[in-house]
Amino acid sequence: MIEVKNLSKKYGDKQAVRNISFKVEQGEILGFLGPNGAGKSTTMNMLTGYISSTSGQILVNGTDIFEDPKKAKSFIGYLPEIPPLYIDMTIEAYLNFVYDLKKCKLPRKAHLKDVCDLCKITDVKGRIIKNLSKGYRQRVGLAQALINNPPVLILDEPTVGLDPNQIIEIRSLIKKLGKRHTVILSSHILPEIQAVCDRIIIINKGEVSADGTADEIAKQLTNEHKMTVRIEGTSKTSADKDEIVKAIKSLKGIKYVRADMEREKGIYDYDVEADEKTDIRRSLNDLCRQKGWNILMLQLSDLTLEDIFLKITMGENDVKVSEEKPRIRVELNTVQKDTAEDDENGGND
Amino acid sequence: MGAIYRREMNAFFISGVAYVFLSVFYLLSGYFFYAGVISSGRTDTSPLFSSMFIIVLFLIPILTMRLLSEEKKNKTDQGLLTAPVGLWDIVLGKYFAALTLFIIAESVVFIYAGILAYLGDVVWTTLIGNYFAMLFLGAAFIAVGLFISSLTENQMASAVASMLALFVLYLFDSFAANISNEYISKAIISLSFYSRYIEFTQGIFSLPSVVFFLSVAFIFNFFTVRVLDKRRWG
Repeated sequence: MIEVKNLSKKYGDKQAVRNISFKVEQGEILGFLGPNGAGKSTTMNMLTGYISSTSGQILVNGTDIFEDPKKAKSFIGYLPEIPPLYIDMTIEAYLNFVYDLKKCKLPRKAHLKDVCDLCKITDVKGRIIKNLSKGYRQRVGLAQALINNPPVLILDEPTVGLDPNQIIEIRSLIKKLGKRHTVILSSHILPEIQAVCDRIIIINKGEVSADGTADEIAKQLTNEHKMTVRIEGTSKTSADKDEIVKAIKSLKGIKYVRADMEREKGIYDYDVEADEKTDIRRSLNDLCRQKGWNILMLQLSDLTLEDIFLKITMGENDVKVSEEKPRIRVELNTVQKDTAEDDENGGND
Repeated sequence: MGAIYRREMNAFFISGVAYVFLSVFYLLSGYFFYAGVISSGRTDTSPLFSSMFIIVLFLIPILTMRLLSEEKKNKTDQGLLTAPVGLWDIVLGKYFAALTLFIIAESVVFIYAGILAYLGDVVWTTLIGNYFAMLFLGAAFIAVGLFISSLTENQMASAVASMLALFVLYLFDSFAANISNEYISKAIISLSFYSRYIEFTQGIFSLPSVVFFLSVAFIFNFFTVRVLDKRRWG
């Protein structure tokens, strides 16, 4: 559906986007993830023909956006970072304008009604956009992108500045849209991308630094064997701690051991990391059996998207956050899983 | 183009620009009609038109100031430039909207003509000639104003710069008068909007001047398209 080949953009001396290539298949929801200023918006602006590229090619539905911009643009619905709303107009008048602008051939009344219903702005369509809250403006922005039913939707940070309920609504709307449209959305909010997208492209400093599903990316990057183990010693006091740490350290292939907090009375958690070739779970088990200890819990630390993101964008080989505060990270991980929909909007503006 | 034209026409009235423009235009043209035509007891409308040059010069920037600058400031240009429309559609949609409003304003002279027809005989040929002269003048001025509006995000800057630019065009005659070199002086005179316009009010319908005004309109619209196009490459 969309094919990008060796796309680059320079603003004067500043290289905003460097040699990006990717493909998006029909019906896919692709997430652009990257820190602010990574080149997400620049890439999207090039995809939609708002700005030109310095070099490279963009094919939308087989049409080159620079050779036949009108045709290529007619395949795309675009919601820019700031929705392009004429704030003096009513929603209805504005959407009618967009309908005319896009030379939409669908039956006007029915189509506009569908779009309004989908974006839940039917009750407010007589109101002047100026008087609407940010959330409603965002929905009107989405509605204008949907007019004329374009096969491709490009959404630049669609949930910025919305409250948790609105974020959930917009996300489920995007998921729904993903069934009929090809969607590209950008965000710097990790759980959002994780919740909505089939595939993720991480952009950092204008380059693609990872491309794939969250699991695939995690697999590419996982090169440590890390786990958290809860071991019950023989004396059930803090005296066990040193002994256990020492004993684990003596196992083959161990890189790092650290006793964590007391989780149950006299029982501690240990963060263990082995080198990448060794699976130490069995030898750890043997060790405990020999010493008469009990393993009460063993949890492998998978990389979360957050780790991946930090790892890639900070350019580090070790995910320090995981090493130093594994407990916090794991808890954060569970929080994300349980309430991923409504707890992360705090710092997204 | 149609969608942009209609939206722009609506925006003129919603934003109130149309009311300000029309009322000032009607007020001042009414005054010049009274002072220049009625009170002197003549039925020739030329004095009205010659006085209106400077009024048009100051009023047209009000019409054009927000056309493109506001789009850029509110980022609504992003909606237009990513829609399946060409740059000429955008520029001409806006241009013709402003021109339409100018025609609405200017057509008040036919009401004045009606008043005159009641009082005496109207010289219709001069009236029609002058009407078109002002139309061509407006067409050229609007293109200049639209071009300047494409250069800035600030409406006030756009208005002031347009007034200044049009005023400099107005001063071409006095520049020419101060230049001793005959050729340069002639060249400047040939670019003078004022002397070309005044010719019409003296009853001369000069085709080269018509071509001149229309060319200016075309060239500045072309420049505006180039500005929008260049921004994509920035």
